[in-house]
Amino acid sequence: MTEQTAGAGHGPDDGPGNGGGSGDGAGGGGGASGGEGLDSVPALELDPILDDPGTRIIVCCGAGGVGKTTTAAALGVRAAERGRRVVVLTIDPARRLAQSMGIDSLDNTPRKVEGIKGSDGGELHAMMLDMKRTFDEIVEAHADPERARAILENPFYQSLSAGFAGTQEYMAMEKLGQLRARDEWDLIVVDTPPSRSALDFLDAPKRLGSFLDGKFIKLLMAPAKVGGRAGMKFLNVGMSMMTGTLGKLLGGQFLGDVQTFVAAMDTMFGGFRTRADATYRLLQAPGTAFLVVATPERDALREAAYFVERLAAERMPLAGLVLNRVHVSGAAGLSAERARAAAENLEEGRIVDQGPGNAGLRGSPATSTESQALATAATSSVPEAAPTAGPPIPAGTEADARSAADGGTDPGTDVNASAPTDASADPATGDVRQLTAGLLRLHAERMRVLAREQRTRDRFTALHPEVAVTEVTALPGDVHDLAGLRDIGDRLTAGRTPSA
Amino acid sequence: MVSGKGGTGKTTVAAALALALATEGKRTLLVEVEGRQGIAQLFETEALPYEERKIAVAPGGGEVYALAIDAERALLDYLQMFYKLGGAGRALKKLGAIDFATTIAPGVRDVLLTGKACEAVRRRERNGRPTYDHVVMDAPPTGRITRFLNVNDEVAGLARIGPIHNQAQAVMRVLKSPETAVHLVTLLEEMPVQETADGIAELRAAELPVGRVVVNMVRPHVLDEAAVRAASGDHREAVARTLVSAGVAGGARLVEPLLDQAAEHARRVELERAQRAVLEGVGVPSYELPYLGDGADIAGLYRLAKELRRQGVGA
Repeated sequence: MTEQTAGAGHGPDDGPGNGGGSGDGAGGGGGASGGEGLDSVPALELDPILDDPGTRIIVCCGAGGVGKTTTAAALGVRAAERGRRVVVLTIDPARRLAQSMGIDSLDNTPRKVEGIKGSDGGELHAMMLDMKRTFDEIVEAHADPERARAILENPFYQSLSAGFAGTQEYMAMEKLGQLRARDEWDLIVVDTPPSRSALDFLDAPKRLGSFLDGKFIKLLMAPAKVGGRAGMKFLNVGMSMMTGTLGKLLGGQFLGDVQTFVAAMDTMFGGFRTRADATYRLLQAPGTAFLVVATPERDALREAAYFVERLAAERMPLAGLVLNRVHVSGAAGLSAERARAAAENLEEGRIVDQGPGNAGLRGSPATSTESQALATAATSSVPEAAPTAGPPIPAGTEADARSAADGGTDPGTDVNASAPTDASADPATGDVRQLTAGLLRLHAERMRVLAREQRTRDRFTALHPEVAVTEVTALPGDVHDLAGLRDIGDRLTAGRTPSA
Repeated sequence: MVSGKGGTGKTTVAAALALALATEGKRTLLVEVEGRQGIAQLFETEALPYEERKIAVAPGGGEVYALAIDAERALLDYLQMFYKLGGAGRALKKLGAIDFATTIAPGVRDVLLTGKACEAVRRRERNGRPTYDHVVMDAPPTGRITRFLNVNDEVAGLARIGPIHNQAQAVMRVLKSPETAVHLVTLLEEMPVQETADGIAELRAAELPVGRVVVNMVRPHVLDEAAVRAASGDHREAVARTLVSAGVAGGARLVEPLLDQAAEHARRVELERAQRAVLEGVGVPSYELPYLGDGADIAGLYRLAKELRRQGVGA
């Protein structure tokens, strides 16, 4: 077992030596995290986009839970502090996020965010989409009061405006169009609803628009509209067969509600379609920048790739990919395997039952410290023996050895509790070993995560090498205030790319 | 029913649960309803059709079947079953009526999706044995789950009579029975925990049976703040020497970044402790699943299933 342990002690350390500063060679391999071939990934530079007065709309899209809303808020804060008049339209923010912008709760009206350190007239407003309210407002704005009341009270309308999964997407687009038309802000940052799938956000508005405008609705309205006109006879037959079926399925009263609703909305249909089309064109215009947000997870990046393809197909201007929560390490030169092996060295050294006699075999300090610990472990049941059990202390590891001996005097070698009994400035070596092993284990885990993230990113990059990327390093906690959003803004624009 | 905030791993947990429940001689059905083909990707198989097919054999020999429910197909099947519509179904589709019923008419889509799952729950073989011992649904996220399951309320105001109404009633009977449990997947992070707490309150208000909180991606706590403080304090040199002695070259230069990582870890440990306390306050029992450093691949899935069994699933 001694050989094995000693062997492991040497194994990972193939550097030029353990002493002094000559370890440079091994540690210096640094930086390279296996990302060759990715040097060509273009960097997504957000500040020029935020500063360009031609940028009027930024849309953040991506899978659920990747930090879209936080990204949108952070961009809003940054743009405002760089002099833009910004409104952030969030769809479904966590309460925390509203609070981080100093607003207790966001509602359907833009509220000014205080505490923006804008030097040249920059301002930030924020609002949260209330889809029912937005729908109601459209009705109120486009129908005379009596008609509006009839629509608002219609049961089908009430369910549609509050319940239909696509309504949120549709109303987000409506709101975006409204904000743009008001021209009070020179930049609108919007995040997208937590969709069932990537498709919804682009499809739902069209779908609702075409439904409200479409054949089916026309058919439902037909009896009221065309009455007994001879040419429509055939259609009416088809109609009654169909309403009959739907009536059976949904209950006749439901269909009645729909028909009433449709009749009342009649004059507005053209408007819906026109506005949906206008907003769609607005999104295609050069003043719009789409940001696809993802985390370096398989599912999130798969969804991101899908978005990239969809946006291209719809000729929507993609600015690039924001990769959130990327892990980094300042010690990337130390591989997971070596860190783990070293941690095992430290840990095993303490549990192996080994007589002190074998200690002191000359060799690297690793071996002798290992032996120290063995001695400690072996003698911990006989504390008095410890101070004398230690082998000769090699130069350069004096302190280690001394603390090992101190540790040896304490039977409880493996718990923090032993520390206070020692001089507080000089903890038991057992503690330092344990601590160091912990640091190494954490590092090994970190490197494993780095490697996995690298693989998932590589897959995305292989599919879409043309997409500019910026990486946002992971924060240990959540964002609570403007300072936190500013920090994210800094990270967003720090110019980290996958090859960095 | 497995729900959870986006990004918490709800599909993975649902799949692991289906595997864990498929103990010896049992058969589970894993269904997805959002058209994302998440199950197929997880099990590394081709896209699932609208058809139940076996996708995995669980440890011990149980079987896992999978089904991607498609609301449109479910409605057409349904019409066929009850009205023998045949070609008329296609005509309805052409007119946009099916699209209307499955995507725009509020709640109808949800009734169809949950209805299909409930049908699988109640289905029996010729010998009277249930076809599936368990049906696990990868359900919509926490923010929508109560509305999704509470189909009765959704369609009550609209379809007061008729088959959709009856279907909704039947579905609600199953969903509110003790046979159903709604599990909520969360991470030990503020936003998902908050959403979980809110989701539980909503489910309870709707009298839907809350199952467990599944705390996912739990990382081992290697070092706590006290240890990191000690290390960052006076012991840098000792740590550097220990690194060198353990065979890590350039130990001195690594101390700083390693301590930074440890400080981040420690802060996270503290945050997780706080979030755990919030979850305890909710008073729902939990399962805990470890963080998979290599991501949720098939091997990871089986590991999670094993972990769930160890915590009592399928017992």
